[in-house]
Amino acid sequence: MADDMPGVGNAGRFEQIVLPHLDAAYNLARWLVRNQQDAQDIVQESYLRAFKFFSGFQGGDPRAWLLKIVRNTSYSFLEKNRPASLAEEFDEKIHATQTGGPDAEAEMVRGVESRMLQEALDAMPVNFREILILRELEGLSYKEIAEVVNVPMGTVMSSLARGRERLREILLRAREKEGLRGH
Amino acid sequence: MATDSYAPLLHAYFDNELDLVRSLELEEHLKTCPDCAQEIWTQQTLRQGLRSANLYHRAPAGLEARIRAGLPRENKVAEMPRRNLWNWVAVAAAILVALALTWRMMPSFLGRTGTDLLAQEVVASHIRSLQPGHLLDVESTDQHTVKPWFNGKIDFSPPVKDFAEDGFPLIGGRLDYVDHRPAAALVYQRNKHFINVYVWPESEAKESRARLESSEGYNIAFWERSGMYFCAVSDLNTGELQQFAQLLQQ
Repeated sequence: MADDMPGVGNAGRFEQIVLPHLDAAYNLARWLVRNQQDAQDIVQESYLRAFKFFSGFQGGDPRAWLLKIVRNTSYSFLEKNRPASLAEEFDEKIHATQTGGPDAEAEMVRGVESRMLQEALDAMPVNFREILILRELEGLSYKEIAEVVNVPMGTVMSSLARGRERLREILLRAREKEGLRGH
Repeated sequence: MATDSYAPLLHAYFDNELDLVRSLELEEHLKTCPDCAQEIWTQQTLRQGLRSANLYHRAPAGLEARIRAGLPRENKVAEMPRRNLWNWVAVAAAILVALALTWRMMPSFLGRTGTDLLAQEVVASHIRSLQPGHLLDVESTDQHTVKPWFNGKIDFSPPVKDFAEDGFPLIGGRLDYVDHRPAAALVYQRNKHFINVYVWPESEAKESRARLESSEGYNIAFWERSGMYFCAVSDLNTGELQQFAQLLQQ
C-alpha cells in the first residue's frame, strides 16, 4: 500500500487515508462515553495510536480500522473512569413486556421524538448501543462491525436483533410515561 | 413480535446481509407470517426515526486542527528512511535514463557491448563443441565436401576453404546456432588446437577488418564480409589467430 503512492510521506498518507473519518471516530466515541469533552480527548488519543500503528495497516477499510482503535480507546477510558457503565446488562424481565398489538407498537415507534431516541440509545448497555450506532448511524456492514467490535458476524446479527428489540421496548415505555403525564 | 426461529434472520434480511437463497426463503415466510412482516415494518419505522433525528455527532470544529498539530514529530523523523529510499530510487532512475541516452547516442558503445555478449556466446558454443562427439557434423578435409553439406541445412552458403598449406587444415563442419539464428561452424585445426569459425548472414554486415577479443581465456576474431559475419574462436594465441583470420579474409 505504501508503495502505491510514491512521493507522499507517511504523514501525508495518514492524513489522506485516516483523517477523513474524523466524524465517524467522534460519533462513535461520543456515543460510547456520552460526553463531548471526553469524546474529543479519546478521538485525539485514538489518532495518535492510529498514527503509531499506521505502518501495520494492511489496506482494507480505513474507517473500520480507525473505529476499532477508537472503540478500544473508549473502552479503556470507561474501564478506568466509569467501570459501572460497562457492567450494565439487560434487565431480562423488562424484555417480556408487551404493550398492545403490533400495529399499536409500530404506531408508537413512529411517533417518537429525537430526544426520546437519544435517551433510549443512551440507556442501552454499551455493547448493544455500539452495534446499533455502527449499523444505523454509521451504516457499517456486519463484516465491518465484526471487525470493529472483534466478535463473529453471527454475534453481530444476534446482538442487532436483541438491541433493536430492546430499543423498541425502551421507546414504548417512554411513550407510555409521556401518555400517563397526559401528553 | 417475530416468530422466534426467524428473528435473527429477519434482521439480517432487513440489513441486506442475507444471501439470495435465504432472502427468497425469508420472503416466502413473510407472505404467510403477519408477525414477521409487521416486525420488518416496525424496524423500518425505527430506522427512519434514528436516521432523521440528528443523532449523528459530527466532530466539533477545531478537533481536526488539534489532531494535526498533535501528531508527533519523531514520527516525521521515522519516515526519513522511506524518503531516503525514494531519493535513491530517483538517483537510480536518473542513472538509467543517462545510460539509455548514452546507449542511443553512442552506437560504438552499443556495438562493443553487443560484441562482448556475442563473444561470450561463441566461446560457450566453442567449449560445447569440444565436448566428445559435438565438434563435427561433417568430417572432411575437403572443402568441396564440407561446403555442399550445408546446402539445404541453412539458407546461405558459407565460403569454405582449406588452409592446410598454411598450417590450418580444415577438418569439417557443423550446424550451430549463434546470435538467435542458425550459423555454419567451420572447424580448422592448428597443431593440437581447434578453431571454430562461425559464419552467418547479416544484412547490416559490411566489409571490416578483424577485431580481436578475448573471453574466458579464449581468443576471438570478428569480421564482416560479403553480407556475412565471421567469428573465429580458439585457444590459439592472438598472433596465430590473427594470421588465420587474415587467411580467411583473403
